[in-house]
Amino acid sequence: MKNKLSHFAIPYVIWMALFVVAPIIIVVIYAFSSASGGFTLANFARMGTYAVVFTRSFKLAIIATIICLLIGYPVSYIMSKEGPRFQRIAMVLIMLPMWMNFLLRTYSWMSILENNGLLNQLFQKIGLIALYNQVFGTDLQYFRLINTQGAVVLGMVYNYLPFMILPIYSVIIKLDRSLIEAAHDLGANTFNVFRRVILPLSLPGVLSGITMVFVPSVSTFAISKMLGGGTEMMLGDLIEQQFLGGAYNPQLGAAISLVMMVIVVVCMWVMNRFGEGEEQAVMM
Amino acid sequence: MALAMMMAATMLLTGCGSGGSEERVVNVCSWGEYIDEDLIYQFEEETGIKVNYQTAESNEALYSLLKTGAGDYDVIVPSDYMIGRLIAEDMLAELDYSNIPNFGLIDDQYKGLSYDPDNKYTVPYTWGTLGIIYNTTMVDEPITSWDAMFDEKYAGQVLMIRNSRDALAAALLDLGYDINTTDEAQIREAYQLLSGAKNAGVYQAFVMDEVFQKMEGGNAAIAMYYAGDYLTMLENNPDLAYVVPQEGSNWFVDAMCVLKDAQHKEEAEEWINFIAGTDPPPGNGRRHLLAAIGWPFPPLPPKPAHRHCHPRP
Repeated sequence: MKNKLSHFAIPYVIWMALFVVAPIIIVVIYAFSSASGGFTLANFARMGTYAVVFTRSFKLAIIATIICLLIGYPVSYIMSKEGPRFQRIAMVLIMLPMWMNFLLRTYSWMSILENNGLLNQLFQKIGLIALYNQVFGTDLQYFRLINTQGAVVLGMVYNYLPFMILPIYSVIIKLDRSLIEAAHDLGANTFNVFRRVILPLSLPGVLSGITMVFVPSVSTFAISKMLGGGTEMMLGDLIEQQFLGGAYNPQLGAAISLVMMVIVVVCMWVMNRFGEGEEQAVMM
Repeated sequence: MALAMMMAATMLLTGCGSGGSEERVVNVCSWGEYIDEDLIYQFEEETGIKVNYQTAESNEALYSLLKTGAGDYDVIVPSDYMIGRLIAEDMLAELDYSNIPNFGLIDDQYKGLSYDPDNKYTVPYTWGTLGIIYNTTMVDEPITSWDAMFDEKYAGQVLMIRNSRDALAAALLDLGYDINTTDEAQIREAYQLLSGAKNAGVYQAFVMDEVFQKMEGGNAAIAMYYAGDYLTMLENNPDLAYVVPQEGSNWFVDAMCVLKDAQHKEEAEEWINFIAGTDPPPGNGRRHLLAAIGWPFPPLPPKPAHRHCHPRP
């Protein structure tokens, strides 16, 4: 039975080999070659120069992931407790923005956050900027919203929040209700039921949510370009520049990508180990 | 089954590359919004040659496509400096100008330019200038110098261009150097000027196409960009002005070239001849892009009347 079904995996295996494994091998080969094609480690020697870019990218991606988790978990939890009608509507509302192109949505955020943008115009109208100037003795014409790290984090949270909510929700909704009832019967209060039963059992969803938010956040270049104004370069921008920009150095670009991949994989591995331990500890 | 899947995938991937041997084809790679598309149909009707018209995002992206072999083009339309690089790297084919009689229609001042001094590889397509666009309601006095791009007085109000050649050009011109200098000390000095201004908070952002929204909406006072695009912005914000600074600027030319390994050189030259022979279409709007072709130009005006006549970001 199992062997028969495994035939259906063949297209997927071929797909993965062609478009995932092969490209990674090419990246590795490029990372260790010089422009003339010989073996070299020179591409990695320059990595120290970019430490600040690595740090900034990981910092912003971690902040965005934490915010997504803090918003996403309660949303998923509340959704799962509501009736099916509410769940359907909530699901549509979460998915709706994703029907629009990602770049278009981020571009819209530009108009909202600009110095002369919608938010600043609103603040102007309701007198918030005047009030701020009075209280703090400043002379602001507008609040600086765009071209800041905050705007980049906002862009990440806005774009990737559904990827946190969906996996957590799909795990919580499938939790065995009898476990929760049993916990109540055995005298646990609501908080303890959540902490000792629901939270540990929903960890797999949390872990995949974190992965699905963190990985695209750390490598984004469109968001930092549009909302960060390019003054705060991120890893994605740096890599793009090596392939499509004036810097044209695909070998260095491959090396940076490889280092980034390794760091991400290590992070994920550590986190998953931590997650497993937690789950087992609770089971015991 | 696996084999069949592989074959299907391979066919899908290569399907567009090969054609019948009798069918005449030319693969053109240009920039976005850079041609009146009716011309493509007209050419196909007149010659029976099928045009695969594609666009690249920037000179650098085009270069990367050519280097990796991803782009299988016959005709490309790079900018001056990139043409120089492609010639130096022996990637362009010498043209047979006897197949391009319409080359004679183009004014001599656009021929034999520094990137192709003997004019063996190129036929000019368009030209334009780089300058400073500013919002007259947001500055005290008219901008006349590249100094404005580095002046702390305008901290947070300046949009620097996200194109290394053009950004360095502004700094080099401001310092009184040649924009094509190869002197490392001069380039380092220009770099210091740029990074000093960045660290002093002069730049609100580094932008390419985002410049439209930011300048039209009055979100920044000063930006450096291309003359043709200024006209587009002016339609949406009449407070904007354009200046070619007193220190001079980059006068760029985009020209048609044929790649050395082109498979359809004959068709490519027919295409180039056709384009070089088109009249500038009357009226305004996107179609006047081609006004720059086959037209005896007046000397450089301060505000060239061509939209998008610049290398795409």
